[in-house]
Amino acid sequence: MYSKKVMEHFNKPKNMGEIKNADGVGQVGNPACGDVMEIFIKVNKNKAGKESIKDIKFKTMGCVAALATSSMITELAKRKTLAGAKKITRGDIADALEGLPPLKMHCSNLAADALKAAIEDYEKKKNRRSDNHETN
Amino acid sequence: MKKIKKVYLDNAASTPVAPEVLAAMKPFFTEKYGNASSLHSFGQDAKNTLENARRTVAKMINAEPDEIFFTSGGSESNNLALKGIATKQGHIITSAVEHPAVLKPCEFLNKSLGCEITILPVDKEGFVSVEDVKKAIKENTLLVSIMHANNEVGVIQSIADIGNICREKNIIFHTDAVQSFGKIKIDAKAMNVDMLSASSHKINGPKGVGVLYIRGGIRNRIMPQIHGGSQELGIRAGTENVAGVVGFAKACELAKIDDKSIIKLRNKLIKGVLKIEDSWLNGPRGKNLDKRLGNNANFSFKYIEGEALVLRLDALGIAGSTGSACSSKSLKPSHVLSALGLRPEDAHGSLRLTLGKYTEEEDIDYVLNILPGVVKELRSISPFTKQNKGE
Repeated sequence: MYSKKVMEHFNKPKNMGEIKNADGVGQVGNPACGDVMEIFIKVNKNKAGKESIKDIKFKTMGCVAALATSSMITELAKRKTLAGAKKITRGDIADALEGLPPLKMHCSNLAADALKAAIEDYEKKKNRRSDNHETN
Repeated sequence: MKKIKKVYLDNAASTPVAPEVLAAMKPFFTEKYGNASSLHSFGQDAKNTLENARRTVAKMINAEPDEIFFTSGGSESNNLALKGIATKQGHIITSAVEHPAVLKPCEFLNKSLGCEITILPVDKEGFVSVEDVKKAIKENTLLVSIMHANNEVGVIQSIADIGNICREKNIIFHTDAVQSFGKIKIDAKAMNVDMLSASSHKINGPKGVGVLYIRGGIRNRIMPQIHGGSQELGIRAGTENVAGVVGFAKACELAKIDDKSIIKLRNKLIKGVLKIEDSWLNGPRGKNLDKRLGNNANFSFKYIEGEALVLRLDALGIAGSTGSACSSKSLKPSHVLSALGLRPEDAHGSLRLTLGKYTEEEDIDYVLNILPGVVKELRSISPFTKQNKGE
């Protein structure tokens, strides 16, 4: 039922765990639905001076597809600029995994949403920091 | 590559065909291939074999041979029982923990004939209240269908008590005994059962064969669902699956009722698995453990999801199953675990392990050796552990 690539990422997920003092954290899903994903990112500026993802890790409670998509997005997003990382879609993740069963396309393919939430969390914190700076 | 040990603990799903069963079946494919309806010796051999098998199956449940109707399996038997009796609008009583092969025909009878379906709740261990059955019976009740033992949590219902009530009120009583047949004692007469479904492949027989017991007194009330030839006294048309039926009968002969060695292994499994933190047994436990099928164990593990657990275990050679929504096509958690009152997230983290004829102690030891580590690893990547949430 699952592709070879899905099983590879399920059996040996990449970038598992959390980042202490992460710059951004995003959590999506609901334990009642069975899948919850948490993505942690560390951000720095790349050589071109663009903010990009220096490090990324995940924690996921969920099925095979949930674990595999979490693992895959960390691979796809690493070293991407924030702008680039935001553009990763559910379809991109499914393609990179050589397909997902149709049923799992929606319920378990939350990784893109979790990454977006993590980036937004980072941006919110950054804005707050600069706001604080101005009022000082 | 190192060969990994294979431990099959999904015997409630299906079982291996016993070598003795396969040996008994073999001649009926290539040598004794006659149609039991034919007049020549090939046909008569098949007919005699079929009738011998019918006697063997009848003996299993204290029935008469002419009360035994062979079908293609448990699902067909359940469909024949329900649709065969409910041929007009009326009331049907069943329970929340039935197999889909009972619940779906009920749904169909509701939609097609407007039958009213009462689905009785169960308590937190899965028991249907006999009193509830009594109270639910109405003037227009056509049929009560309550399963003998449940496929997911192994709960054994008080079939004889329900049978008594139905007989008193003159209501037809069907029980789905697919999981209990050949494992615990069934006496159709003493239990006042009118119809009973059983299946061959759950007891080391071949797939594609089952039986519906129909008490002699009600046979003329059954509307056949497969029309054609006059096989099976006209109740079920179609050339008999002689090889399959022979295998089923052989499996009946080999079946061990109340197999103490399986119960002992299952209890060892339960005791060992429950040492894992934040885990529990679903279904009958404690003083009710003897009202649970001897081969069934069903656990929940907090903070993890069952499909991932089952496939991680599979990678290590252990075959089990789960009631997680993620493993079902409907994306809903097990209706049985939900009926027992489990929260969706706890049903998601369920694991069913069912032992069989060939389960050995070293299989259980292997599971007890492997499972804690797999649960721990999945929890380590779950955002919902005790440590994380400070529970």
